Amino acid sequence: MIEVEHLDFFYGKAQALHGVSLKVQAKQVTAFIGPSGCGKSTLLRCFNRMNDLIEGTRIGGGSIRIQGVDIYDPSVDVIALRRQVGMVFQKSNPFPKSIYQNISYGLELQGVRDKSRLDAVVEKSLRGAALWDEVKDRLHTSALGLSGGQQQRLCIARAIAVEPAVILMDEPCSALDPIATSKVEELIQVLKKDFTIVIVTHSMQQAGRCSDRTAFFYLGKLIEMDATQKIFTKPAHQQTEDYITGRFG
Amino acid sequence: MNASPNSHPFTTPVTGAVRIERIAFNAFRMATYSILVAATLIFGIIFVKGSETIFRREFPFINVTFLTGSPETLHVFEHDGQKHELGDKAFRAYLESHGNPQVADENYVYSAGGIFPCIVGTFFLVVGSMAIALFVGISAAVFLNEYSRGGPLVEMLRLAILNLAGVPSIVFGLFGFGLFVLFAPVFGPAPDPSHFSLSLGFTYLNFSGWGVSLLSGWFTLAFMVLPVVITASEEALKAVPKGFRDGSLALGATQWEAIRTNVLPYALPGILTSSILGIARVAGETAPIMFTAAYVVRDRLPWQVEHASEVLFQGVMALPYHIYVVSSKIPQNVYTERVQFGTAFVFLFLVLCIALSSVILRSRMRARYRW
Repeated sequence: MIEVEHLDFFYGKAQALHGVSLKVQAKQVTAFIGPSGCGKSTLLRCFNRMNDLIEGTRIGGGSIRIQGVDIYDPSVDVIALRRQVGMVFQKSNPFPKSIYQNISYGLELQGVRDKSRLDAVVEKSLRGAALWDEVKDRLHTSALGLSGGQQQRLCIARAIAVEPAVILMDEPCSALDPIATSKVEELIQVLKKDFTIVIVTHSMQQAGRCSDRTAFFYLGKLIEMDATQKIFTKPAHQQTEDYITGRFG
Repeated sequence: MNASPNSHPFTTPVTGAVRIERIAFNAFRMATYSILVAATLIFGIIFVKGSETIFRREFPFINVTFLTGSPETLHVFEHDGQKHELGDKAFRAYLESHGNPQVADENYVYSAGGIFPCIVGTFFLVVGSMAIALFVGISAAVFLNEYSRGGPLVEMLRLAILNLAGVPSIVFGLFGFGLFVLFAPVFGPAPDPSHFSLSLGFTYLNFSGWGVSLLSGWFTLAFMVLPVVITASEEALKAVPKGFRDGSLALGATQWEAIRTNVLPYALPGILTSSILGIARVAGETAPIMFTAAYVVRDRLPWQVEHASEVLFQGVMALPYHIYVVSSKIPQNVYTERVQFGTAFVFLFLVLCIALSSVILRSRMRARYRW
């Protein structure tokens, strides 16, 4: 699904990623773990080219292919790419509009005006994000009236409304309480039937609970990537073991 | 135990430092109160003296002529042992009905009638110039804050904006006179021999200037408040969380779509708030319009024109300029005082109304978007 080959990435003169190569399988949950500043979020934001917005960033070498297409090729329309590769941010960022408008936003950008279709997609997306029963009676009230966990699930609903192939999640639970976190994790398990999910997390437990494969990054390098169970029981590298057992990081 | 009841371990000895502290405290306090004194005097005098002109004891309690009439010359004279103070028209009617007697009258220009053309003119000037300033200012702020990525050009732009803010208003007036009144291009069916002219094929562009006109005044005033609007807009744009932009872009919005749907609507209340300051300045400045848009006196109102195109190319009367004229060009006495204070009163009230309506508009917008 996603193939990264020898990727070097720079913020100005500072190199953030060193020759990273990995493959993300379709309809699986892939977790990126590692200490702060290891480049896991940077790599994630390369997948939908959100790094383009940061001044002075550039790809120094290597390539990223999604569904076989080099996404940094000049012929790639970044707008079309982002419709295929959705994103959920660390800090939940619902727009200060109604719940309904938050979900319909992505479709309206694509020019969908048909009310009945929008209604259908809003319901489907909210059901998909396990939020429908909680908000169906107040679709037209402000999304900011929702709790933190609900807001984050709303952002997930907003992302799946445009039916992307891939959903990127950048520490989606770091600001949530344990109950809200477990709801999002359950949701991820359901979503992986339809979507390819890449999740960056600081929580070993979260990576262990909800991912199929885990990649461990350290200082901008991919140390190892394997089935999650293998990483957590028999890591090939000493550094990985030290990190997951909490000896550093 | 201490013998004296006033003496305890925490008694403050009056030292030099304590005395200086008291002096300093009082000096700061007085400096602050002086603002209150100045404000009270300005508003108080204009209110008290102005209300004599504006308000009436009997129905309808407001001096309708002053608010709806045009300026006239005031004639003060004695006839049949009675003292009369009449405006131009009433004066002539009086003479006719009394068999055209010879009377020794003193007359004062602009001191009778009303100031309706000035109110209308100021309203037109404010609306037009703020529309231009907001459009250009918000666009510039969006460019600087959302699109530009720094660099020497942007630094130069910011320096230019900062400098523009420091330009005295009379300089803006002269700049507007030179650029808009004398030089700005107008479309014409034939080339104008006395001015530089450009052929566009189907028509000609004659650089003959817009004359003393609303259009010249709008652009001059707009450039004057532009720094205020740009700075205000940039602050408001910065206050919108980055997450809204990222959220939009990640859903496949172009940058302009993200700005239009998820940045500008939330920034607008802030932009309007700070633009109130600009409105007060646009309505209040005399120097920028005295060469570009203001007439001392004009009988026709802005909508009394033969062709719609003339609306933009006519000068108007304006409140601040009228205040300048009636307080410097005619004698100061009990007869002329009425129009002076009356105009100032109406002027303050109008600015207050414009500011209030922005405040209301802002709070409505805020209620819609909150985060």
